[in-house]
Amino acid sequence: MLQVLLDAIVLGCSYALMAVGLNMVYGLLRIIHVAHAALYTLGAYVGLYCLLNLSQSLWISLFVGALFSAIVGVLMYRIIYSPALTAPRYVPLIAGAGVFIASQELFRLLAGPYPYSFDAHFQFLSIMTPNLRVTETQMLMITFMVVAFLCLFILINKTNLGLMWRACTQDMELAASSGININLIIAINFMIGSALAGSAGILMALYRNSVFPTMGAMVSYKAFVVIVLGGFGSIPGAAIAGIILAIAESFLGMVPIFNLPREAIAFLVMILVLMFKPKGLFGR
Amino acid sequence: MTFGYILSIATFASIYAILILGLNILTGYTKQVSLGHAAFFAIGAYTQALLITKAGLTFWSALPLTILLSMIIGVVMGLPSLRVSDDFLVLTTIGLNFIVMGITEYFDFFGGAMGIIGITMPTIGGKSIGTTGYFLITLSFLLLTICICYLFSKTWGRLAMEATGEDEDAAQSLGINTSIYKMYAFALSSTFTGLAGVLWAHSIGSVFPRNFSFEMSVLFLSMLVFGGLGTIRGAVFGAFVLYILPEFFRFIENYRMLVYGGMLAMIVILQPNGILGRGGLLDRCILRLVKKKAETQEIS
Repeated sequence: MLQVLLDAIVLGCSYALMAVGLNMVYGLLRIIHVAHAALYTLGAYVGLYCLLNLSQSLWISLFVGALFSAIVGVLMYRIIYSPALTAPRYVPLIAGAGVFIASQELFRLLAGPYPYSFDAHFQFLSIMTPNLRVTETQMLMITFMVVAFLCLFILINKTNLGLMWRACTQDMELAASSGININLIIAINFMIGSALAGSAGILMALYRNSVFPTMGAMVSYKAFVVIVLGGFGSIPGAAIAGIILAIAESFLGMVPIFNLPREAIAFLVMILVLMFKPKGLFGR
Repeated sequence: MTFGYILSIATFASIYAILILGLNILTGYTKQVSLGHAAFFAIGAYTQALLITKAGLTFWSALPLTILLSMIIGVVMGLPSLRVSDDFLVLTTIGLNFIVMGITEYFDFFGGAMGIIGITMPTIGGKSIGTTGYFLITLSFLLLTICICYLFSKTWGRLAMEATGEDEDAAQSLGINTSIYKMYAFALSSTFTGLAGVLWAHSIGSVFPRNFSFEMSVLFLSMLVFGGLGTIRGAVFGAFVLYILPEFFRFIENYRMLVYGGMLAMIVILQPNGILGRGGLLDRCILRLVKKKAETQEIS
């Protein structure tokens, strides 16, 4: 039981890392960034490439993967979302869905439809007792998520940049008129969110030991559910809801009546929450 | 390129056109973006398949039942739209797609991953009608759908739906019951989509859960956006062009979804009203041609 809970928490970490990027974009631009999943897969592929061709170190591939995702994330904003900001709300959404589908196909065409294994050797903490096994990868994921969220929390609440970011989420025009460079803030916003998505991709690739073109799809659908549960725009909400969702999926899947695929369960939970609490569980 | 092949392409294109006309009522008029329309499609196809294979009905006796049921389930699935709007609704429709797919895949009643096979072609007077006859049936259903959509687009109902889509609060202040019109839109949309599902199930002869994936929903939406949101001509044009082009260019089959995805993003940013929609690229060309012709006639 404890082991199931632990596995669920590790899975929840990846949901949370994906959802936080989505949530940051939503908080700032009121756009559902469907193409976010592409960055997750991109991170994993770049990380793998780096591991195979450049160096054996996981840390370097993690860094390079996250960096690449961050750059592509900003480019995505500049090319797709920024011309569509003044258009009706469905425009950026459909454009994002288009890019998401296209990116999956691009990965398939470039790297092939078969999964690659992601073998990285690294030293990290691990706990091995008879009742509970926490592998090095699981420990790394949990640590990474805790550190990432702590950094994000400090960045948003204690620094000047965070203050500007919060001003932008409240009112973009007013923030611009008080001298904040909103383009820079949006770019940094996309950069952080995309880097987190990319590193989540690499960590999940390491955990599952596979990289394949559609690996981003399921996680990104889950991330949609997470941002609804956690409340749109709320960053701590995303972290908590990510873990709650993973636990709920793991345990509901054991009940015979709910013997549905995990994504169907997740969306069922999401629709029920939306019907009764349209602002999400932790929304303002 | 045999006659039968062309006939089957035309049949499928007509089926998709019916579906996109249904989607157009929901997404084009009422602006309730649905990224889960494959779920409505699946409900039509599965209901018909079950009625034929399990209840032993024929095409004609099952059709009204299926359409009625599609409409009812469509309204039920539209209920979340009363509580949530915009982005939340899109997520809800994506969710509905996954739930419907999950249910069909994991319950043996719906055939599971093996699907339902053995859906026979409809018969008239005890005689099988063959592909030509089936194409004619599909085509007449398409013409019927176009007629209904055209008549509907001339009514107050369409204006109310468009007002609801543009600005819900403003529409309410004009005395439009936006909830009712959203439900009407879901009912009409799921009726046509269910009809398309029925026709599709019969022409394929089997239904599988993977036929109704999220990718299909994206494809449907891209057909509508490509042709032009909110116009009948755009919906039919989008369905025909995006279905027929890849069929004739089989060599790009491998890149089809890549092209769809990229095109969807480009079209929606550069031509938000679609190629043949109001003010679209082709629309302007045609208007200019018509105007020129009128001028030359005046001169002569």
